[in-house]
Amino acid sequence: MWAITPEEMVAIKLSLRVATVAMLVSLPFGILVAYILSRARFPGKIVLDGLVHLPLVLPPVVTGYILLVLFGRRGTFGAFLEQTFGIVLSFRWTGAALAAAIMSFPLMVRAIRLSMDAIDRRSEDAAATLGASPLWVFFTVTFPLALPGIIAGAMLAFAKAMGEFGATITFVSNIPGETQTIPGAIYAYTQTPGGEAGAFRLSVVAVVISFAALIASEIMSRRAGQRRAGFE
Amino acid sequence: MIEFSCRLARPRFTLDASFNAASGCLALFGPSGSGKTTIAKLIAGLDHPDSGRIVVGGRVLVDTDARVRTPVHRRRVGFVFQDGQLLPHLTVRQNLDYGRYFTPDDTSIAGFDAVVDLLGIGHLLGARPSTLSGGERQRVAIGRALLASPHLLIMDEPLASLDADRKLDILPFIERLRDELALPMIYVSHAIEEVARLATKVVRLSQGRVVAEGPPADVFASALPEAGGDRFELVSFLTGTAVRELPDYGMTVLAHPAGEITLPSQFGPPGKSLRVAVRATNVTLAIEHPHGLSVRTALKGRVRSVALGDDASALVVVELDGGDKISALLTRLAVADLGLTEGREVYALVKAVAIDERAVGSF
Repeated sequence: MWAITPEEMVAIKLSLRVATVAMLVSLPFGILVAYILSRARFPGKIVLDGLVHLPLVLPPVVTGYILLVLFGRRGTFGAFLEQTFGIVLSFRWTGAALAAAIMSFPLMVRAIRLSMDAIDRRSEDAAATLGASPLWVFFTVTFPLALPGIIAGAMLAFAKAMGEFGATITFVSNIPGETQTIPGAIYAYTQTPGGEAGAFRLSVVAVVISFAALIASEIMSRRAGQRRAGFE
Repeated sequence: MIEFSCRLARPRFTLDASFNAASGCLALFGPSGSGKTTIAKLIAGLDHPDSGRIVVGGRVLVDTDARVRTPVHRRRVGFVFQDGQLLPHLTVRQNLDYGRYFTPDDTSIAGFDAVVDLLGIGHLLGARPSTLSGGERQRVAIGRALLASPHLLIMDEPLASLDADRKLDILPFIERLRDELALPMIYVSHAIEEVARLATKVVRLSQGRVVAEGPPADVFASALPEAGGDRFELVSFLTGTAVRELPDYGMTVLAHPAGEITLPSQFGPPGKSLRVAVRATNVTLAIEHPHGLSVRTALKGRVRSVALGDDASALVVVELDGGDKISALLTRLAVADLGLTEGREVYALVKAVAIDERAVGSF
């Protein structure tokens, strides 16, 4: 009953890999977009804001289908990536990571942006009057002060990526060993007679991993927050 | 040293101000909403004018006609915010070092140890900003600005958030910056005592415009305040030499050609030259030398001018023996009863406790 089969182990490891890669690759973009949304004033900002949040409100299947159209082997970007860098996304685990990253991006950006909005802008002004260029201000003031939010955003994105299903299965299908993550495997079990035990085992694993990610996020951002408030 | 001339239109606020200042401490004085903080921000580069020109120490920082706008971090204008704005994630030492990192060594105006000494913050170096008191935070903020070796130091209401005792702790430090480092300063404040004590020049603002500029004695002694002016903002300056301290009574006695001035605190050793700001509302006039009064300070002089106001008040300016002028705000009734006319010999009485310690500075 409790013994995890080798096939399930493959799905668990794949999920961890997909979620980790999705989170790490999207983090720099998430910080950048959050910074732009928090600080910059430009026409069309509301459009950028909308685009970033779109995956949150679209049916995941639609997001997956758009990815398939754009990043499939014959899609605009897909063909370009394959010819130029030899990167194939469709029906590969890398595609699953892309789908997970897109789906978790709004959550990540939102958490980071909120923490950047909460920074007293005069801290940044003070640093600038002391001679720090905008880039220095970002790395020595904005980034460290937003760190709790950045950690929270990253962990939230990781947990969301672990659970991504709709866009993933539409874009890269549900291939065991290649694109079958934990949700995909659970889905497959539920479609198979006698798969209840497997579905149960993987569900427990999903709960444990997601919960651990939340706890870790809470502890890390609390620690960073304490340092920021000066209690260490 | 500083040339400023800027226009800036905002909803419900327009700034249109020009002034020049030589070295020393320039005070921007006016009620809140008069534009003094806006001017400070324009000079530091934290805000930008619609049109105008700002020159500091020969460097053109802003010239909208020539499309010059130096970015904040290249202006070398130090800025001390009202609440210090220390970087909360850094220690005091790291805060102090922050600006130094961006400053070439050969342009440094003061060494780390000298600044730490001057401001008395040596025991705080390892602490985090959140553990400091308001006064300590403000001294660290001043030190941090100094260590970035600015060409000009702007202090925007640096004492406004502190209680009275802490203000008194910090004022001497600011005086030392002005005198020992010969650093040009702009001091933004609506507290007349601080301005009176520190400023070598005052630019007085109202609703985004310069309404008076000049030495503090001239700006604050102008005849009856302009319409909407505040009668509590009429201030005269007396300069004297400390002759003795009375530690038992916690007082200092100042020699002045027109008589002795008693001050409500101990201000240092005999021989020190002190400038005292006295509000016109705190000056009483007597037509003979008083006796049987608690007031210790009675300065002899002659009425120089009498200006009757539209309301109950009258402003009498007395030229004291020795040349200092002191303004007294009385009622018109009192002027009539005493027969105060030009040339009349009078004594100007000042209660020692009515003199704010903040308003007594060394000069």
